[in-house]
Amino acid sequence: MTVVRDLGLRVANLTKWYGRVLACESVSFDVGRGEALGIIGESGSGKSTVLRCIAGDVAASSGAAELRDAAGDAQDLFGLTPTERRKLRVGTLSLVYQDPSEGLDLRITAGGNVAERLTAAGWRNFGALRRRAADLLGRMDVPLGRMDDPVSTFSGGMRQRVQLAKAVANNPSVLLLDEPTTSLDASVAAGVLDLIRGILEESQVTALVVSHDFAVVAMLARRAIVMHEGRVVETGLTDQLLEDPQHPYSQQLVAASRG
Amino acid sequence: MSVRDLVEANAPEEFGYLDESSKREIRRAILTAVAVPGYQVPFASREMPVARGWGSGGLQVTLAVIGATDVLKVIDQGDDAGVNAANLRRLVVSTTGVDWTTDAREATIIQTRHRIPEGPMGAHQILVLQVPVPEPLRGVERDMRELGRMHAEADYSRMWVSLYEDLVRNGVITRTTGYPVLVNGRYVMATTPVPRWDVPKLDGSEVLFLFGAGREKRVYAVPPHTKVEPLTFEDVAFEVERTEGAACVLCGATEAYLIEVPERQAWVCSDTDWCERQRQPGGGAPELAQSPSHA
Repeated sequence: MTVVRDLGLRVANLTKWYGRVLACESVSFDVGRGEALGIIGESGSGKSTVLRCIAGDVAASSGAAELRDAAGDAQDLFGLTPTERRKLRVGTLSLVYQDPSEGLDLRITAGGNVAERLTAAGWRNFGALRRRAADLLGRMDVPLGRMDDPVSTFSGGMRQRVQLAKAVANNPSVLLLDEPTTSLDASVAAGVLDLIRGILEESQVTALVVSHDFAVVAMLARRAIVMHEGRVVETGLTDQLLEDPQHPYSQQLVAASRG
Repeated sequence: MSVRDLVEANAPEEFGYLDESSKREIRRAILTAVAVPGYQVPFASREMPVARGWGSGGLQVTLAVIGATDVLKVIDQGDDAGVNAANLRRLVVSTTGVDWTTDAREATIIQTRHRIPEGPMGAHQILVLQVPVPEPLRGVERDMRELGRMHAEADYSRMWVSLYEDLVRNGVITRTTGYPVLVNGRYVMATTPVPRWDVPKLDGSEVLFLFGAGREKRVYAVPPHTKVEPLTFEDVAFEVERTEGAACVLCGATEAYLIEVPERQAWVCSDTDWCERQRQPGGGAPELAQSPSHA
């Protein structure tokens, strides 16, 4: 299996209507190859919609999104057939959901969930599947003794670790993270956050991190955009956004995160 | 000329239980099934004089393909004398007038609800299987649309995961009937109703296999000389059911599908016709449909 690595992501004028409700409007940004970009905004600001449009879970109303390799060749994401999109999401692009039950089958084991992504990529050797799943789960600090337990018996933090193991199983080029720590207790969230930071640093994956929490984005992404009522209101280095927010809404968010 | 004269002049010759238009519809589905091996073709399953779940699908297939010169054999489990087999046979024979037999070698159409006959079969034969659950992915997905998508895209990763889970939880593949196979390198197909023992016989066979599911309204087929591979991991060999040291108390066979007789703590051949022939003088010569999995 050939894995296309080192892809950048470009989103241009992405607009999404849900019926008569405008979820996001003319959202544009670039994520460089190997870069992590944060999207900050409160609930309802449209940031998750952006992510789901890129992943293809929902269809964008207008706009474009494409993956670009080092040679400058682009792959259009919105023009994919469902089959092509499924293939893309097996190998190239992974989405980690806020709610692990969206990304996992809770009835099957932790190892089985990871194995699903691997078998979809053509793995047909039981021993190799076991070793790869154990290796991935080990890296996510899931105790190997729990590998053969159904995920339904896992705590929230542990489920999120399994979801991360599954998401990176085929070394994706692009990783989309939708509020990956929001549903977790503070102490558990800190551990998962550390883990994600490790993945981003180690694998040089191109990442998009969506969160309402400035602190989460600041920890994972050097650059971020701020969304408010479906529009991008500010873009900049995360440090600068934290230190010197320009837009009144960004200022509110920063103030809120300092609590 | 009256309308009645016209109708009578153009009335097709009726043969067997089904009317001609029903037969035509079922035959069309069967032709599609043969053209696309392993693909489940919907058909308008008729009300039959047997309850759905009692072989109504197999019966419709048999009645759609049978002709006046055919010789019929019907097997329930491995036994021609089972009540269900006897009833189905009586229905087909009484409505078509064809000859019937218990000898698998003489039959041209064999309808079965469990076994593929133990002995070798030839190109002149059609095996009709009564299928309870035609959808191999039913255990992993219930949404019909999603099932359709999975087959269309040959997206069988969740089938593989279910095999993975079976191995992890039980150490061995526990699935007995309905073991999933990949047909012609394309469609995953349920091998219900046959046990794992009979799965290798589907591969590259001389026989046309027709599967009929009356309740689920599907037919599918494995035409002769079609590649049929059980889904197995590269490093976990496909195995047929086998009990160490078991031999048929009647004919002594060890290389046949055996069923346990608990009250006598003994084993007998499931295929009664074949077993009987092994016991006749000169009938003991090996006459088995062998494959590497059975060796």
